[in-house]
Amino acid sequence: MWNVAFAELRKLRRPTLFLGTMGAVVFFSALFSSLLFLLIDSPDGNSDRGRTVSREVLGLATGGVQGFSSVGGFLGIIALCVFAAQTAQEYTYGTLRNLLIRQPGRLRILVGKFIAMKLFALVMIILSAVISISASVILAPRAKVSTDLWFGADGRHALFTSFINIVISVIGFGTIGMVLGLLLRSPISAISFGVLWLLIIENLLVAVKNSLQNWMPGAQLSAIASGGVPRGMSTGIEYSHALLVGGIYVAIGAGIASFLFTRRDVSN
Amino acid sequence: MAMSNTAISVTDLSKKYGDRMAVSHATFEVPLGTICGFVGPNGSGKTTTMRMLLGLITPTGGTGEILGESIKHPEKYLPRVGAMIEGPAFYPALSGKENLNYLATLGGFPIERVQGLLEQVGLGDRGKSKYKTYSLGMKQRLGIAAALLPNPQLLMLDEPTNGLDPEGIQEVRALLRSLANDGTSVFVSSHLLSELELISDYLVMLRKGEVVFTGKMTDLMLSQQPIIIAKSTNASDLETLQTIAETAGHHAVIRDGAVHVAGPADWAVEFNRAAFDAGITLSQLTPQLPNLEETFFEMTGEK
Repeated sequence: MWNVAFAELRKLRRPTLFLGTMGAVVFFSALFSSLLFLLIDSPDGNSDRGRTVSREVLGLATGGVQGFSSVGGFLGIIALCVFAAQTAQEYTYGTLRNLLIRQPGRLRILVGKFIAMKLFALVMIILSAVISISASVILAPRAKVSTDLWFGADGRHALFTSFINIVISVIGFGTIGMVLGLLLRSPISAISFGVLWLLIIENLLVAVKNSLQNWMPGAQLSAIASGGVPRGMSTGIEYSHALLVGGIYVAIGAGIASFLFTRRDVSN
Repeated sequence: MAMSNTAISVTDLSKKYGDRMAVSHATFEVPLGTICGFVGPNGSGKTTTMRMLLGLITPTGGTGEILGESIKHPEKYLPRVGAMIEGPAFYPALSGKENLNYLATLGGFPIERVQGLLEQVGLGDRGKSKYKTYSLGMKQRLGIAAALLPNPQLLMLDEPTNGLDPEGIQEVRALLRSLANDGTSVFVSSHLLSELELISDYLVMLRKGEVVFTGKMTDLMLSQQPIIIAKSTNASDLETLQTIAETAGHHAVIRDGAVHVAGPADWAVEFNRAAFDAGITLSQLTPQLPNLEETFFEMTGEK
């Protein structure tokens, strides 16, 4: 299992993938956090879908991680793409047979890959936290937002809570990506389906029937990332509900994908 | 670790896809330390058999052992097996060396072996190039290097000479022979039958998923009826020569601009005389044992 994880890390650290992904994380983390402060007086709002996060809210202990929380759902989408691509490409390149010849324990391969990708996601989240919080600290004085409460015990607690929530959410999204990769066996199909579902289909369904947001997998994971309030939803999802329903989705998906992966013939 | 004097032993091994039997009750053995050629027309079940032996697909029926271990437990023998199946497959964005490092880490083999293997297969100076820039021959060489990573007791190669130039083919032949001399068992499929004839000690021949021959290469060749190859100065005489042979009770076919007659070598004298009487001057009259290719066509009904 650890051999698989170490081998997978060799693949994940290649410059194009690593620097490309981290570059996107830096860009969007800086963008999300900057907009919170730069557009604080804008009549069109400074958060997603025209919402306004006021000076008073940003001045609370949680204000320093507001940008980081906002970018959490987006980090989830990135994780979904990376996990899906890294899993499905084994089928399209035909490299799965090499993996299985060198490591016949199929579940070990899955777990090893998952560990490596979790580490990759962790680096992504830490980087995002550093960039988001740095941008917030730099831009707060310009936006006349007080940072006094950010560095107290409550501020540290808010950072810790946000970090854990985003880790859970990102790994949830990543697991869904991995499941799609295993089921669809094509990076393009897995990523397209995942992104299309999370960004378009879920929102359309919720627009038609608002109560559906309580049962959509993407909405639950976004709710976890933001600590109980999903991005772009008019009403909130309770954190514990999101954790339970999101967890059930991830567990069922992972169970089905693992079962198929360990039983399915590898004929390509 | 189980002791056995066979590298591969399968009994009634079968694989069914829907209504189609891809491999049907295959039974054969490959002794340790030999090079065994694995031949059969396209779609005869060679790759499916290899996949079953490597634990990639589950047999529908039958049993098998690799290096004394049941194929139901590939984890017990795969660390001692090197394989390249259905062509090389690597990550295009990684270099050849990084790809091998990946597999070495995965299998728990020393990374230090990688550079030596790259040199052994003639890629020593191209190890740092991305795999996607490799020619087909270079990809094939990298696949062979990957198969050699575990320092295998059994090497299973599916069409290893695909895409190689004549020099590369000769190098692979020498490599396989030297590995066999060092005690490695080699199970190799190839459509280059002349190559297999040169290096194989054993042979397993498949046709439509069934084993039609298994045994020593020499036994197969000696069991075949000798043939007499005759050419005329005038190509239009070939049909007459065929008629002469068939009238004398010998099976004859026209192939590659010559008449191939199944018959004993001493009948060649009589054949020459009959041709002369028919006004035909022969430009070639050669009694010989059929080569593997001719035997293959005869046994598999191909061509």
